[in-house]
Amino acid sequence: MRRLIKQLFERIERVFDAAFAPAWNPFHHLGALGWYFFWIVLVSGIYLYIFFDTGIVNAYQSIDAITHAQWYAGGVMRSLHRYASDALVVVVFIHIAREWGKDRYRGARWFAWFTGVPVLWFIYICGISGYWLVWDELAQYIAIGTTEWLDTLGIFGEPIARNFLNGEALSDRFFTLMVFVHIMVPLFMLFLMWIHIQRNSYAKINPPTGLAVGTLATMTVLAFVFPALSQAPANLNTVVTSVDLDWFYLAAYPLLDILPGGWLWAGFGAGTVVLALVPWLPRLRRLAPAQVSLPNCNGCARCVADCPFNAIEMHARSDGLAFEQEAVVDADNCVACGVCMGSCPTATPFRRTGGLVAGIELPDFSVAALHAQTLAATEGLHGEARVLIFGCLQGPPIERLAGESVGTVRLRCSGQLPPSFIDFVITRAHADGVIVAGCRAGDCHYRLGGQWARARLAATRDPQLRARVPRARFEQVWVGSSGGNQLQQALAQLRERLRTLGAYRRAEATAARRKSEHA
Amino acid sequence: MRKAFAVIGQLLAYGAFMALVGYFSVAPAYTPFDPNLALLKLSFRHTGPTKVECRRRTPEEIAKLAPNMRRSLDCPRERLPVAVELELDGRRLYAASIAPSGVWKDGHSNSYVTFAVTAGRHRLTTRLRDSRRTEGFDHERSAEIELAPRQVFVVDFRADKGGFLFN
Repeated sequence: MRRLIKQLFERIERVFDAAFAPAWNPFHHLGALGWYFFWIVLVSGIYLYIFFDTGIVNAYQSIDAITHAQWYAGGVMRSLHRYASDALVVVVFIHIAREWGKDRYRGARWFAWFTGVPVLWFIYICGISGYWLVWDELAQYIAIGTTEWLDTLGIFGEPIARNFLNGEALSDRFFTLMVFVHIMVPLFMLFLMWIHIQRNSYAKINPPTGLAVGTLATMTVLAFVFPALSQAPANLNTVVTSVDLDWFYLAAYPLLDILPGGWLWAGFGAGTVVLALVPWLPRLRRLAPAQVSLPNCNGCARCVADCPFNAIEMHARSDGLAFEQEAVVDADNCVACGVCMGSCPTATPFRRTGGLVAGIELPDFSVAALHAQTLAATEGLHGEARVLIFGCLQGPPIERLAGESVGTVRLRCSGQLPPSFIDFVITRAHADGVIVAGCRAGDCHYRLGGQWARARLAATRDPQLRARVPRARFEQVWVGSSGGNQLQQALAQLRERLRTLGAYRRAEATAARRKSEHA
Repeated sequence: MRKAFAVIGQLLAYGAFMALVGYFSVAPAYTPFDPNLALLKLSFRHTGPTKVECRRRTPEEIAKLAPNMRRSLDCPRERLPVAVELELDGRRLYAASIAPSGVWKDGHSNSYVTFAVTAGRHRLTTRLRDSRRTEGFDHERSAEIELAPRQVFVVDFRADKGGFLFN
């Protein structure tokens, strides 16, 4: 099931990559879009609140005036308020399905999933309470349905549905209460959303400008073409017989007509508990967290800057070495992606003293192990245009490309690869060329590994790929698990180029360095 | 050419998203109630009598109590349920014994039930028992009512207003 969902997302996202480019692909920014829609709802809500009047008659009349008398401003704001709320639900559920399908919620990543579950309840309380405020027939239907449903809990001194027995039973104070709920709940929700992203470093809470503009333009067009309108005014002396439901928020209400309210509470309660426990159903086999080797750690803090999950902190030096700080790993937050190892300047196969031990590395996939695998994968290569492919676990299938001239090494994440290994393979002539293959750009399984890897290879982020490495002997393929064909094409192109270049010569390094200096 | 396809692709994606959000925010319409019917609501908040009548404590019993608890009357809080019955055109629609609310069963007996009934003329009869008697009723009201389609007709009970209220 998960594999199907993952493949479905992979296919859809490839199409969106082609249309939007990876940087603007909305599937890569679902969480950020959720935040964005929240801000649109908040800003439009503040505008509506200025003109909203509480009261049984006043509420409907004031919203009607906002909608029609100032259709160009208030009407648009009302529509944005509604459509951004609906869009929030859409992106949140796609976000949940995607994170589940791509298995990005278990192990040390349980926190974001778990804290996201109560946000769902808050989204619904916000949305439903907002519909009450209009006090039209839809509001009447929801108000009576909600209070009758709440009464099935049996926790109220008297049935709260009695507040809606007839027109005389309802007071203006009810609207004051609902306004309070509709303002306070989003504030709590904002707090929960902040908690939700606490364990992610560089959490994306703003979509890229192009996507933000496109989305807002879409909402605005929808607001003009299909403005949000009230239904007939509420009248508690008659029954609501037909309502234009907002199915994103109110889909549960028809269930109340066919199922006892208690069953629905039990269903939603059990569903919430199960959803919250999903990260442990089943539990992910935790890999050994990164370890710091103090004799090799110079306290440069690059691992802290690169860790995608805030799992590393700098503390005061504890071993007496002449550095101010040392890296300390929080094992609970560490997903063992190895991105820290790729960022460590001591993680290099060129070291001549002290053995191949990096300042920070994965105990079960150390620099020494990577070195050994690299040598093993290149040892038997022969023929012209020998290539070594470094591929991440979530990237394209690389093993099937292995052959007499092509070797492969699987990494946890492309960000785990210290750029010095590419230098090592090419300039020590272990292979004639290197390919780094990983997740699609913007869709790194470990959030930032691919981004950091690309920056290091482009020599814009430390540790950089040295200038002496001839770029013509090196290729990057960011295509994800479904990009086997693209990888094959890239391999064929690189090998063709390598045949022209011939075996690596030391003079190439000098030329490459000079070229880099001139650039 | 490729850029043109990309722009078209983006427009299609935004359009599909707009259509999805725009449509399901108001459609399809839902019909929760048959427009030819009327709704009868029986709802009240009323207390039954205490289960046991107050009795006067003996001097010995009072002496055994803490000084601040020494009261001559012993009045257990628990109340009896309120029995209610609703008939429409001689047919019993509802009959229930409604337990008092609260952990100590000393609160109100609350009722909130609804019935979808055909519109038109009906004879409505309601009865309620709020005494220690075990049979019969203490309050009864019967009336001819005319229900329009979609009308909400509320039956309440307010002891301070003389019993059943038909709205």
